[in-house]
Amino acid sequence: MGKVVGLMGDEAVAQAVRQSNVDVIAAYPITPQTIIVERLSEYVANGELDAAFVPVESEHSALSCCVGASLTGARVFTASAANGIALMFEITFIASSMRCPIVMAIVNRAFSAPINIHCSHDDTVALRDASWVHLISESVQEAYDNTVQAFKIAEDPRVLLPTSISLDGFILSHCLERIEMLDDEVVSEFLPPRKAEYKLDPEKPITFGPLALYDYYFEFKRQQEEAMRNALTVVKEVAKKYEEISGRKYGTIKKFMTDDADVVLVCMGSAAGTARVVAKSLRKEGKKVGVLSVRLFRPFPTEDVRETLENAKAVAVIDRSSAPGCVGGPLFEDICTALYDLPERPLTYNIIAGLGGRDITPDQIKQMYNIGFKYIEKGKVEDKVLWIGVR
Amino acid sequence: MSYFRRLADLPKEELLAPGHRLCAGCAASIIARLALKATRGPTIVVNATGCLEVATTIYPYTSWRVPWVHVAFENAAAVASGIEAAFRIMEKKYGVKKPDIIAFGGDGGTFDIGIQALSGALERGHDFVYICYDNEAYMNTGIQRSSATPLGAWTTTSPAGRVIPGKLERKKDLIGIAVAHGVEYAATASPAYPLDLVNKVRKAIEVDGPAVLHIISPCPRGWRFDPSETIEIARLAVETRFFPIYEVEKGEYKINIKVPKPKPVEEYLKRQGRFKHIFLPENKWVLERIKQTIEENWNRLLELAGEK
Repeated sequence: MGKVVGLMGDEAVAQAVRQSNVDVIAAYPITPQTIIVERLSEYVANGELDAAFVPVESEHSALSCCVGASLTGARVFTASAANGIALMFEITFIASSMRCPIVMAIVNRAFSAPINIHCSHDDTVALRDASWVHLISESVQEAYDNTVQAFKIAEDPRVLLPTSISLDGFILSHCLERIEMLDDEVVSEFLPPRKAEYKLDPEKPITFGPLALYDYYFEFKRQQEEAMRNALTVVKEVAKKYEEISGRKYGTIKKFMTDDADVVLVCMGSAAGTARVVAKSLRKEGKKVGVLSVRLFRPFPTEDVRETLENAKAVAVIDRSSAPGCVGGPLFEDICTALYDLPERPLTYNIIAGLGGRDITPDQIKQMYNIGFKYIEKGKVEDKVLWIGVR
Repeated sequence: MSYFRRLADLPKEELLAPGHRLCAGCAASIIARLALKATRGPTIVVNATGCLEVATTIYPYTSWRVPWVHVAFENAAAVASGIEAAFRIMEKKYGVKKPDIIAFGGDGGTFDIGIQALSGALERGHDFVYICYDNEAYMNTGIQRSSATPLGAWTTTSPAGRVIPGKLERKKDLIGIAVAHGVEYAATASPAYPLDLVNKVRKAIEVDGPAVLHIISPCPRGWRFDPSETIEIARLAVETRFFPIYEVEKGEYKINIKVPKPKPVEEYLKRQGRFKHIFLPENKWVLERIKQTIEENWNRLLELAGEK
């Protein structure tokens, strides 16, 4: 089934998009996302993908173009990063409010300034409240798998929300990995052409994007909230269906040796792989450690997180983005909130690491675990937010 | 070529329903209504944020009997691009018939915040008609200056002050910008000349590719005149050469409404409160500058049209 290939993260996303029978791609180049749009434009130019490629003049227009296209009932894709996400920020909220099941790859890159092209999770977490479903990838394989699943999740009539798939800039986007690709026909069957119930159709004129004030606006927002809650179920259902065609298992989170762990490290993205390697070696030393990596950033899988962490003595959360002036990083705040209602809470601390593409090394991860053991011994957290790897 | 020879040739069907909340005397609704009468078949309307958008679609009501979409202020051309691209590919892949697409934007949404998206869409050559209804300021937010506000006009952000008497900069040349993109058809129009307007909309629709229409849209609230005078004001703008009516077809300029004996511009300006201050003795120089601008623009147009 399928074939084994060597692909970079960006290429894997582009291949998944090609197989997903998209109709419209509108995108603007930005490092480290560029390879995705280059490949897609090649597929279109060579007739390997029957889609319209719209080389827009900005990210703001990229997403605007996607909204227009999506409302016709077409299957739509875009990709961006960092400053590009910031430029399209206005439309990210509109895309979800107008219930456009657009899929966007976010190739995580640090926000300027100083200008930097490498990985931070600034862009994904900036869209935290934009009412998008956010899937996070740990590897090139996951970037590929998440892309195919994203269309199915987004277009589910119970969801109808834009869905992003994130992959760490350069660390994954430009990393050559052995991956298993599905056959084109298998993906086609998994993702038949989109059937939109509400669309711009001259046969049945609908007004999209009206003015709604205090008498109706509130209800629009409530519907989005319900769609987001439905997404939690749909993500799991789609993962199950995807397992049937791929043999690969997905959930809202990924657990590694968490069952009896005293210290659990929580993270998103490529750092999870490093964390697992370290956890494995610490286990050999008799230290009970585990890793929880978050695949579904929104809707946040509160229950799954709580169940996984409830027996831990200490929980360390890595945020690959800073949130100056906040209690901690965005992932940390989510984790703390998820744990708050437990009768006995683990000690929690936050680590800001890997900003602007700086490596999150095995030694740093060891240090993060050791801090947890120290806090357990002392019975309290000393520094709530630690910056590790900074000079 | 004329598609409609008389007003009676226009379809009776109203695709913009009455009952919307645009002000009495607002030209935007007249323009939109006429434009929809010029359509040749299934049409999708894209609307930038602005008076026309907010006043016609107060949820749960809508005045639009065609599929209509509003996304944001600056992106009507980008949204239209996406719709056009989607229908183009879906026509090929699934046999869905591609409708015509008209995007409406005010002067703020076109000359200012939307100029980049418009430029991109024109360059990419999407098949759609962009109509700018130009009421020469941000009327929806309360009469603020835009780059389409004419020299001398008062607005709430170009007030007629003791030191600065209204807006001192000229209006952008929207048609010139469109023509510089190599669009096949661009034209100005006025609701005071409805036959000219509808024929231009239809001509623009018939073009395979982007076309741009710049239509003057008198605003009783912002220009300070009585709502009953909209069409008269619109006509005076043309008769004084303040707003020339011309078209550019494949780069060829043609003046559609010749004004051999222009009325004095004062006849136009004096009817509007927004120009009241320029008739104060100390602001005489502003009036002179307006006259000079009109003359320069007209001469330039004559030259472009090969009439000079």
